[in-house]
Amino acid sequence: MIQARGLTKRYGRTLAVNDLSFDVQPGRVTGFLGPNGAGKSTTMRMILGLDRPTAGDVRIDGKRYADLKDPLRHVGALLDAKWVHPNRSARSHLRWLAVSNGLPEKRIDEVLELVGLTKEADRRAGGFSLGMSQRLGIAGALLGDPGVLLFDEPVNGLDPEGILWIRQFMHRLAAQGRTVFVSSHLLSEMALTAQDLVVIGRGRLIAQTSTTEFIEAASGSTVRVRGPELARLREVLVAGGLRVEDAPATENEPAALVVHGASTDTVGELAGRAGLILYELTAQRGSLEQAFLQMTGHDVEYRSAGLPDLPGTGVPGQSSGTAPGAAVGAGAAAVGWTKGESA
Amino acid sequence: MSTLTLLKVERIKLFSTRSPWWCMIVAVAITIGFTALLSAALRGDDLLFYRPAATQFAYNFGLLIMMVMAVLAVTTEYRFGTIRASFLAVPTRTSLLLAKTVVVALLAGVVGELAAIGCWLIARAIRPDSPLSLQTAADYRVVFGVGLVYLISAIIAVAVGLMIRHSAGAISALLAWSLVVENLIQIIPNVGEDIQKWLPFVVGNNFLYSGQSFFASGETGTLDDMPFGPWGSLIYFAVVALALLAIGLGLAKHRDA
Ligand SMILES: Nc1ncnc2c1ncn2[C@@H]1O[C@H](COP(=O)(O)OP(=O)(O)OP(=O)(O)O)[C@@H](O)[C@H]1O
Ligand SMILES: [Mg+2]
Repeated sequence: MIQARGLTKRYGRTLAVNDLSFDVQPGRVTGFLGPNGAGKSTTMRMILGLDRPTAGDVRIDGKRYADLKDPLRHVGALLDAKWVHPNRSARSHLRWLAVSNGLPEKRIDEVLELVGLTKEADRRAGGFSLGMSQRLGIAGALLGDPGVLLFDEPVNGLDPEGILWIRQFMHRLAAQGRTVFVSSHLLSEMALTAQDLVVIGRGRLIAQTSTTEFIEAASGSTVRVRGPELARLREVLVAGGLRVEDAPATENEPAALVVHGASTDTVGELAGRAGLILYELTAQRGSLEQAFLQMTGHDVEYRSAGLPDLPGTGVPGQSSGTAPGAAVGAGAAAVGWTKGESA
Repeated sequence: MSTLTLLKVERIKLFSTRSPWWCMIVAVAITIGFTALLSAALRGDDLLFYRPAATQFAYNFGLLIMMVMAVLAVTTEYRFGTIRASFLAVPTRTSLLLAKTVVVALLAGVVGELAAIGCWLIARAIRPDSPLSLQTAADYRVVFGVGLVYLISAIIAVAVGLMIRHSAGAISALLAWSLVVENLIQIIPNVGEDIQKWLPFVVGNNFLYSGQSFFASGETGTLDDMPFGPWGSLIYFAVVALALLAIGLGLAKHRDA
């Protein structure tokens, strides 16, 4: 379990992380999501005691990183796969790590086997491909069989096979009851990897919630509905207080209606009470990436057009929203960014 | 984490790459090689006054190489990010960096000792008739003391590496200081020589060469009226090194890794 409270980091005039509070629970993969420069890596370095917070505090199982005895037995981290001396062999790299935390040397072979580097163990790490470096980094993180794991953009630059491998690996680690905290700037990746999300933008918390909830809230719930009497259906839905748009027929699809801000349940019920036949009733999701941009306040135009549909818009800022699952929809408007405004 | 563990960690790190080996071999070879050339080149009266102190003339060559190695032992860790991996494994930065300093300094000390003994032996082999046997305490000091000068110099190099963190910058600073500043400062009128006497490498050299004379001209290899005798010089040199190390460790502890 990782708990950050009021975490703040200033580099000269850049406020990289701003009053960030969140919890990361064990037994799940928690995604740490934010656009480039949002402060993800900085936050991870502070969690690991590499960078000193300007303010605030972060604890791992109740302790500061520096106070952990044999920290590799508690926390495994892969912040950068290149943190290996290029002229050192993979085995030597793992060896000094193991010795430093009193881990048995047979553990080195175990983790090499686990990440599939057994054959390359005695090659110099400088000659490794990115995927192999990443595996070596993961081997290092797993060396002490830690209960808490941190990965900073682990799939960056990997091919689809490598991405799949890492994703499944994370799931396995979480299923074993470990705390897994993994950063990414891609919501589409996190949607497949993480059960929970901590979303930040420009150093501030935007949301802490489950991935499904985040995606629903962020993309807005739209329902596509179709029946033989579209005009009557439209009247009934509008009378029911819903905002309805026409979706004209296309080459692939017949004409239908698109209902904003309602669930399929609501739409189906209204139609049923009016005795209308339905041919189609589907929940639709907007593009994840678009939703993400909207939530992180980057795409100002999309936001002003799309935000009214978001549940919870205008809720007072959740900048310290620490309760898990509470802060969805405190979105960009509440945090108050516009393009060009400095943090 | 025990001290022994940390020493072992730093030993593995140092010896699991090849460059330290090269530095050690080159340092010993170049120092002995230069002494061999000098021994062979001496003529006439100089041979009658070729004493042990003059066999250690070339110690600075190996010393510079070992100082470069010591700087690199620190700066390559910053360059490749292994310093962060190290601080993740051992968050008590000071004790880890102290262990590194001990390993690097001891290694430099051993190399200095090997080079010094090698120089003396090769000089004797080439000039069996010169008065090269070790007679006085000063003779023993100038040969066997070289390792101590290497050891303390390596501490200074580690400290500079910790302060500057970049290989090129740290090496330039160290070489500019030990080769240029400490030698050229005497050019400043009136105060130049007074300042020079207090500069660490000049004082460290005085530990070896205090009270020595060699060759027909009666060269001494050190400045007149140094502030300390040989052992006082060694202590002063060590204190300066430890003070610099304390600054380097303080910076490493408080800066972001
Ligand atoms: N050591 C540093 N010195 C100065 N500024 C820094 C430093 N590290 C990070 N920053 C700044 O802090 C902000 C956050 O950077 P950080 O690397 O934490 O973002 P990130 O979310 O990891 O981005 P990315 O997705 O690109 O990895 C950026 O504006 C960055 O320029
Ligand atoms: Mg980053």
